[in-house]
Amino acid sequence: MAKQVLSCTVNGEPVDVLVQPYVTLLDALREDMGLTGPKEGCGTGDCGACTVHLDGQVVASCLMLAMQARGREIRTIEGLAGTGALHPLQDAFVRHGVPQCGFCIPGVLMAAAALLKENPRPSQEQIRYGIAGNLCRCTGYTAMVAAIGEAAETIASQRSAR
Amino acid sequence: MRRFDLALPQSLDDCLKILAEQGGRAKLLAGGTDLLPQMKNGVLHPALVVDLSGIARVRQVQNGHGLRIGAAVTARALEKNPALRGPYLAIAESAAMVGSLQVRNLATVGGNLCNAAPSADMAPPLVALEAQAVIAGPGGERRVPLADFFTGVRKTVLAPDELLVELIVPPPGAHSGGQYLRHTPRRELDIAVAGVASQLTMADGRCAKARIALASVAPTPVRATAAERSLEGQAVTPEAIERAAALAIEAANPIDDQRGSIEFRKHLVRVLTRRTLTTALQRANA
Repeated sequence: MAKQVLSCTVNGEPVDVLVQPYVTLLDALREDMGLTGPKEGCGTGDCGACTVHLDGQVVASCLMLAMQARGREIRTIEGLAGTGALHPLQDAFVRHGVPQCGFCIPGVLMAAAALLKENPRPSQEQIRYGIAGNLCRCTGYTAMVAAIGEAAETIASQRSAR
Repeated sequence: MRRFDLALPQSLDDCLKILAEQGGRAKLLAGGTDLLPQMKNGVLHPALVVDLSGIARVRQVQNGHGLRIGAAVTARALEKNPALRGPYLAIAESAAMVGSLQVRNLATVGGNLCNAAPSADMAPPLVALEAQAVIAGPGGERRVPLADFFTGVRKTVLAPDELLVELIVPPPGAHSGGQYLRHTPRRELDIAVAGVASQLTMADGRCAKARIALASVAPTPVRATAAERSLEGQAVTPEAIERAAALAIEAANPIDDQRGSIEFRKHLVRVLTRRTLTTALQRANA
């Protein structure tokens, strides 16, 4: 089985990377591109730890073949923040002490970021729905929902300040 | 996952050529959300995987006289598509119930149907709307009513050298409404214990056509034909709905498993049929 060339955009940078036809996008990101933020929890799309953005939409990268990402735009937790500063979501997660074991956090942050892009002022209920595809085995959901709500406020006030 | 070759056809013809030569050893890949877990756990181990994402025709939704829904359109795209409102709303409702957002952005309607799980959420509303499956093969295209597409648990009428291209949903008429509901112990990311789609088309205060399709209570999605017949030509009163809900149980042939007993599933069919018919009537008259 010959390797194939995967051409796509990862965290804003165009990349060409040789991948085996049978690897998942998650494995290609972790093993071939050194982006170990996305995690493998269940490997079957139930836990959300592998969540990345595909053209701005959340996907379970463990359920996609790497080659299915050809020509598409991928963003991982490594590309969430701009240079030198945390994303408001990351900042709120730190201040609320959201991460416990931390394994689910990259996926939750990517789910929350996609949610806020689509719905800048979500209700508690909408926040919970937005992260329904992410399991936190430490059960830290309360702090998570509060932090996402606060980050939404922060982003909104930054926007009105500009 | 066991190793495999990956083909990336750029057109339907290319894909059919590949299937004609190697269909027996190949699996088609659309969203992958059912296929990859089955390959990871060893249930399936194709030597060749054929990725459909390069084929434009299977990724389109066309809204004209009725709908044409490409087989590789994602559940999320259907959920959000403004064409799937009015009489077609139940399709969007069922799409919104598939997996999580992370899954719905990948999972496709064709994959949900071709995987042919008895619990497939997107099948009942499409069956109730009398969708036709457009199947391409070496001899050209054929159409199969979706109600006849499923032949057993994880089995369909598709031959190894064929693929599901799109679904044609005929326009159901001016005063038509439908709903899909399912019961799950957990609100998100669960599999239906039972699901019911009802579609009512009204004319002059009476039911011109009733279609009721059940999920998760038989090896395949099934129509509750006795319940449908009891409504057609009648005024859809609460009593008529209650009678149809009781008759819908006749079509259910459920299994007993950890998700629900036979008795519970039959009970759910009755409750969900009553609820979906009630909503379908409101929507048809709206």
